[in-house]
Amino acid sequence: MTLAKLTVWGLAVAAATSASARDQVQVAGSSTVLPYASIVAEAFGENFDFPTPVVESGGSSAGLKKFCEGVGESTIDVANSSRPMRPRERMACVDNGVSEIIEVRIGYDGIVFASRVDGPDFTAFTPQQWYDALAANIPVDGAMIANPNQRWSDVDPALPDVDIITFIPGTKHGTREVFEEKVMLMGCEHGGALAAMIEMGMDEDTAERACMNVRTDGKAVDIDGDYTETLARIESNPEGVGVFGLSFYESNTAVLKDATINGVTASTETIASGEYPVSRPLFFYVKKAHIGVIPGLKDYAAFFVADPIAGPGGPLSDYGLTPDPDLAATQEMIANETPMAHDR
Amino acid sequence: MTDPSPDSPLRPEHGSLLTQNARTKRRNAAEKRFKYYGMAAVGVGLLALVVLLVSILGNGLSAFRQTHITVEIALPADTLDPGGNRDIDDIKKVFTFGYAPLIQAALVAKVDALNARPDGMSDREIGALISKQAAATVRDHVLANPDAIGTTHRFRLLANGRIDGYFKGRVTMDTAERDGNVTPAQLRVADALKDDGALTTGLNPRFITAPDASDQRPEAAGLGVAILGSLYVMVIVLVLALPIGVAASIYLEEFAPKNRWTDLIEVNISNLAAVPSIVFGILGLAIFINFAGLPQSAPIVGGLVLTLMTLPTIIIATRASLKSVPPSIRSAALGVGASKMQSVFHHVLPLAAPGILTGTIIGLAQALGETAPLLLIGMVAFVREYPDAPPEGFFDPATALPVQIYNWTQRADPAFVERASGAIIVLLVFLVAMNTVAVLLRRRFERRW
Repeated sequence: MTLAKLTVWGLAVAAATSASARDQVQVAGSSTVLPYASIVAEAFGENFDFPTPVVESGGSSAGLKKFCEGVGESTIDVANSSRPMRPRERMACVDNGVSEIIEVRIGYDGIVFASRVDGPDFTAFTPQQWYDALAANIPVDGAMIANPNQRWSDVDPALPDVDIITFIPGTKHGTREVFEEKVMLMGCEHGGALAAMIEMGMDEDTAERACMNVRTDGKAVDIDGDYTETLARIESNPEGVGVFGLSFYESNTAVLKDATINGVTASTETIASGEYPVSRPLFFYVKKAHIGVIPGLKDYAAFFVADPIAGPGGPLSDYGLTPDPDLAATQEMIANETPMAHDR
Repeated sequence: MTDPSPDSPLRPEHGSLLTQNARTKRRNAAEKRFKYYGMAAVGVGLLALVVLLVSILGNGLSAFRQTHITVEIALPADTLDPGGNRDIDDIKKVFTFGYAPLIQAALVAKVDALNARPDGMSDREIGALISKQAAATVRDHVLANPDAIGTTHRFRLLANGRIDGYFKGRVTMDTAERDGNVTPAQLRVADALKDDGALTTGLNPRFITAPDASDQRPEAAGLGVAILGSLYVMVIVLVLALPIGVAASIYLEEFAPKNRWTDLIEVNISNLAAVPSIVFGILGLAIFINFAGLPQSAPIVGGLVLTLMTLPTIIIATRASLKSVPPSIRSAALGVGASKMQSVFHHVLPLAAPGILTGTIIGLAQALGETAPLLLIGMVAFVREYPDAPPEGFFDPATALPVQIYNWTQRADPAFVERASGAIIVLLVFLVAMNTVAVLLRRRFERRW
């Protein structure tokens, strides 16, 4: 009796699998892009006859890895990423048959350094201060020594006299890369540490890597979860400083205050003008082979960068995304389904 | 009975039973202390439970209430149906962006009629009192009733999450001062609307039925897809785990010879019950999605993974209740000429059924609350479409209750904390209900021998 039931059920399953082709777009990737992607997916589902796309989180690297697993209904159609695809990922994609990929830049996102609204007076930072506070080793008198700075006032007397405790994105986040390149490396260069290291006989690549090396003695805590985790850590550590996306910060201004970088406050305007230094473009990648197979894929991509959505005053800029001035070019690229150049 | 010898340490120092000697006192004190330790342990447990419940109920009960604003919205034909022919395909071409200004204009007119606009407040700030979900609500209404175009219709629309939070005590004038998304002036306008009766806070059945919503509209987020997804997963687990688990137990308990192989299987079933659930998720990803090619985020994969996880629980419970049926029942059945199978299916199994059901329900409750394996198979996703009716629906994307809670705790907007706590309440209600059924079944049908 049981066996008969099972067989019938198995047959029903088999029939259903063969009958139901996937009819919704599937998206995965960066947790920074996730809120934007879900806003677009929601509006897309409301306004089109296509079903609402399914958006998963998981981080840029995880999303791109999934994206590059191959072509076919059981693979995702779009990968969100808070950094450009790396050449190695590109190669993995091509190896698995995902040769034509459309790269879509949706706009720019700022990274904000914020602390508790009732915490110490962290109102202004420079990349150099962050380098001095968080580098694993710093050059002193021709030798690399372990970072001796324990308090922010050791870094710069103008900063509050409290212990250094920072919450930065973990290595699986695309934001980490931006933090390393736009904060640590810049601070290293501006403060003369990079030059000092090269003088000590390091070649440039080694020196740059040393610049981006974050100390592991507990002063810098890697957050592998989302910004909500960073927020929770800051709430329990009144002296902590956290790295947030601008949009997350703007949703939580009641509990967080931000600090200027080089005297500039992060906003969609200062990011668009390039004055605010710590910003990065956000992307999503579309599998060209799925266009025309998965209904609504191209419409979703086009809708994402349409002026009423990604342009100034649209829902994405309301949520903290800085619109891309070259949006028209991106729209045209999607209309023509132009894939990324092969030589990358 | 022998008296303790005079030099034995057990010999009482003096004879009276009414006065306690030092040793008895020590023993009594130790017993008392142990009782207090026990009471303290129970107290700590209860306190933790109370703190948990208070914090969840305190944060989450407000999710079952929602603030709405009632406005009269004019639906002008020239913007909503530019062609003028009431063709549904043409009306669909007006996106929600076309409806948002209408809603804003209607609310601005309402506020101005009440004379409640503070100095310097822009129309846009007034329009922001209403949820971004409203445009979709109005558009859906127009698409369903094209005749409404050209008329004025009264809509009851969701208020923005911050305004809703104000009437639930989550947002105050002080926090609004610092909050970039709401101003104290907007809260005062909301107060004026409430005095007028246009703004009301009432029960929120949409929290149970509506699908998830994006970060910009926490006020519209609901559990509909998650509850349906959890239901589908439970159906799959029940349909697969119960027959397989019971068949395996009956074989092992009644038919299998006792040898090293069955011992090995027995040990491994017990081990399986202790395997961390995330391992089943990895297995599910590798086998069901990457190898068998089943779709991502689908209840079928979640159900299969959780079946594997629930099987040991069901097998162990079933074997225990089969074992508790006395051998005399089997002997009697065999004695009057029943075959082995008849004795099992006609006598042993019915007597063991209450125990099996209890074990199954507890296993299901465990599976219902499981998050980790679902993380890996893509059920932690933003899903707004309800899955179809089964069996096709088993292959549609869905979320489940515990992963929806996880998902909401990751969101930026503080209003999602309330949603997540509300979802925890719903999940707890389901779990308590299932466990109660299990207890009742056991009470009602259990037989002691």
